Amino acid sequence: MDNSNVDKGRRRFLTAAATVVGGAGAAVGAVPFIATMTPSEKTKAIGAPVEVDISKLQPGERMIEKWQGKPIWILRRTPEMLEDITSRDEAVSDPASEASSQPEYAKNEYRAREDEYLVVIGICTHLGCSPTFVLKDADNSPVIDWKGGFFCPCHGSTFDLAGRVYKGVPAPTNLVIPPYKFLSASRILIGDDSEAV
Amino acid sequence: MADIEKQVVDGLVSARNWIDDRFPLTKNWNEHLAKYYAPKNFNFWYFFGSLALLVLVIQILTGIWLTMNYKPSAEEAFASVEYIMRDVSWGWWIRYMHSAGASAFFIVIYLHMFRALLYGSYKKPRELLWLTGMALYFILMAEAFFGYLLPWGQMSYWGAQVIISLFGALPIVGDELALWIRGDFVVSDVTLNRFFSFHVIAIPLLICGLVGVHILALHEVGSNNPDGVDIKKKKNAEGIPLDGIPFHPYYTVKDIVGVIVFLILFFAVVFFAPELGGYFLEHANFIPANPLQTPEHIAPLWFFTPFYAILRAVPDQLGGVIAMGASTMAFVFLPWLDRSPVKSIRYRGWNYRFALIAFITSFLVLGWLGLQAVTPLYTWMARFFTAVYFLFFLLMPFYTAIDNDKAVPDRVKD
Repeated sequence: MDNSNVDKGRRRFLTAAATVVGGAGAAVGAVPFIATMTPSEKTKAIGAPVEVDISKLQPGERMIEKWQGKPIWILRRTPEMLEDITSRDEAVSDPASEASSQPEYAKNEYRAREDEYLVVIGICTHLGCSPTFVLKDADNSPVIDWKGGFFCPCHGSTFDLAGRVYKGVPAPTNLVIPPYKFLSASRILIGDDSEAV
Repeated sequence: MADIEKQVVDGLVSARNWIDDRFPLTKNWNEHLAKYYAPKNFNFWYFFGSLALLVLVIQILTGIWLTMNYKPSAEEAFASVEYIMRDVSWGWWIRYMHSAGASAFFIVIYLHMFRALLYGSYKKPRELLWLTGMALYFILMAEAFFGYLLPWGQMSYWGAQVIISLFGALPIVGDELALWIRGDFVVSDVTLNRFFSFHVIAIPLLICGLVGVHILALHEVGSNNPDGVDIKKKKNAEGIPLDGIPFHPYYTVKDIVGVIVFLILFFAVVFFAPELGGYFLEHANFIPANPLQTPEHIAPLWFFTPFYAILRAVPDQLGGVIAMGASTMAFVFLPWLDRSPVKSIRYRGWNYRFALIAFITSFLVLGWLGLQAVTPLYTWMARFFTAVYFLFFLLMPFYTAIDNDKAVPDRVKD
């Protein structure tokens, strides 16, 4: 190859221009590949509100429903359970739910529209496992002087009966409260809280 | 008779010459096998490189055959695996080879990495060899993770949920990133489908390519050996290392012995204990995925448990994720953390020997702890051994710099 008549400035310019244009093209070309992995329209459309009949739920019992693929717990709390929640204010890390996620109407002491019913997404805020419901005097109490609540088997996070996270466990915030409303005394709609009754 | 023999040999030689004029066949054969000189003192620990290649071949072959009957959908995945196990001829054999092969892969790779820690194989001039190996280790973990979702059992589902949530714990971008990985608001059919795609095509292509790079990097700098002596320093008149022997036939034959022993052990597991008491296939994974209930006791497969124990040891969400990430990434920095001029443990002082014993102990104990349910005692044990684990790396520049190393011989010992 005869290199004697090379215009080095021109060669450098052409190399740089080709690199920049090619690089930009590759970057733009990557956009659809990344975008195609985001939730599709069909995926986004699933997740309609779910209506739940709670007439058979006895005091102290918990039922599990499914909304948006996630477990939704409905716990009917006894007066004793509500008292226990009040007594745990010192032991939980976010007693007033300041840093936690819930609709405005559930940002209260019992984290509920009506004190008796806790409606909560049963997914640990740490790494997404579904905690187990452990009663006050159960054999498998995770800690001494357990007042009842939820225990995550994956990494040992504990929550009280209002879904508030205890201090010193890996979960950062309280369990998430979904939007919901009462359609009647025995029917709850989960996933929709517009024009609440 | 002799004439016919001569004609056949001449024919073969001219065929080889015809190819050599068009493709570097003899050149590559010599460069990588017949005239690739490896140190003559390889011991037990040097079997695991070729064994890793063997397991890769097993996984690819069995994987291709599994794909013939597996259905990557949330509705059908679990049943299609049971179909393979019960109705497909020899399906159980293919599937157990693949599941036991996954654990075998990590056993072989961990022993391969331990060899590097013993004999300083990561040290100059083998830093890039070490880095390509670490990259292979990371994408092997990704391959195992993606593959583990496919049977769509309870452990598949909740394991994927936890690991994806690790990304969700990152500040600012976390939630969006986790959503992007899942392609859905929860682990679902969408997630399963894309994990299948990663598991059967994207990651295997990457692994094969990187294995090629890893071997090229090895053959450029040459193998280390149990004495940690550079055999290229002493060569004979023809430029061949005095302590080197051609890889073929010496090590090809020796490696075949390793292959036979490995296959005896491997098939003992495949035929007689394919689940290996829940360590190779977890019991809870024989229950179909249930998004509403996490199994009472959840643990990852054994090869992830040391890092999982570190995650659980930290009582803070982001801190735990960072510690877990750091515990896997720490290996990457070994070539620059180790300040000792001596490679092999045979000539290193007691600082490094003691540190290595402490590290291996903590790795094993953490691995065991990661399999256990959380109790306060275990949490404190995990914290202690997590500290030991990290101190091995963090203090390495200091204790290796002042180690009472011994003199290294000029040539490998017989």
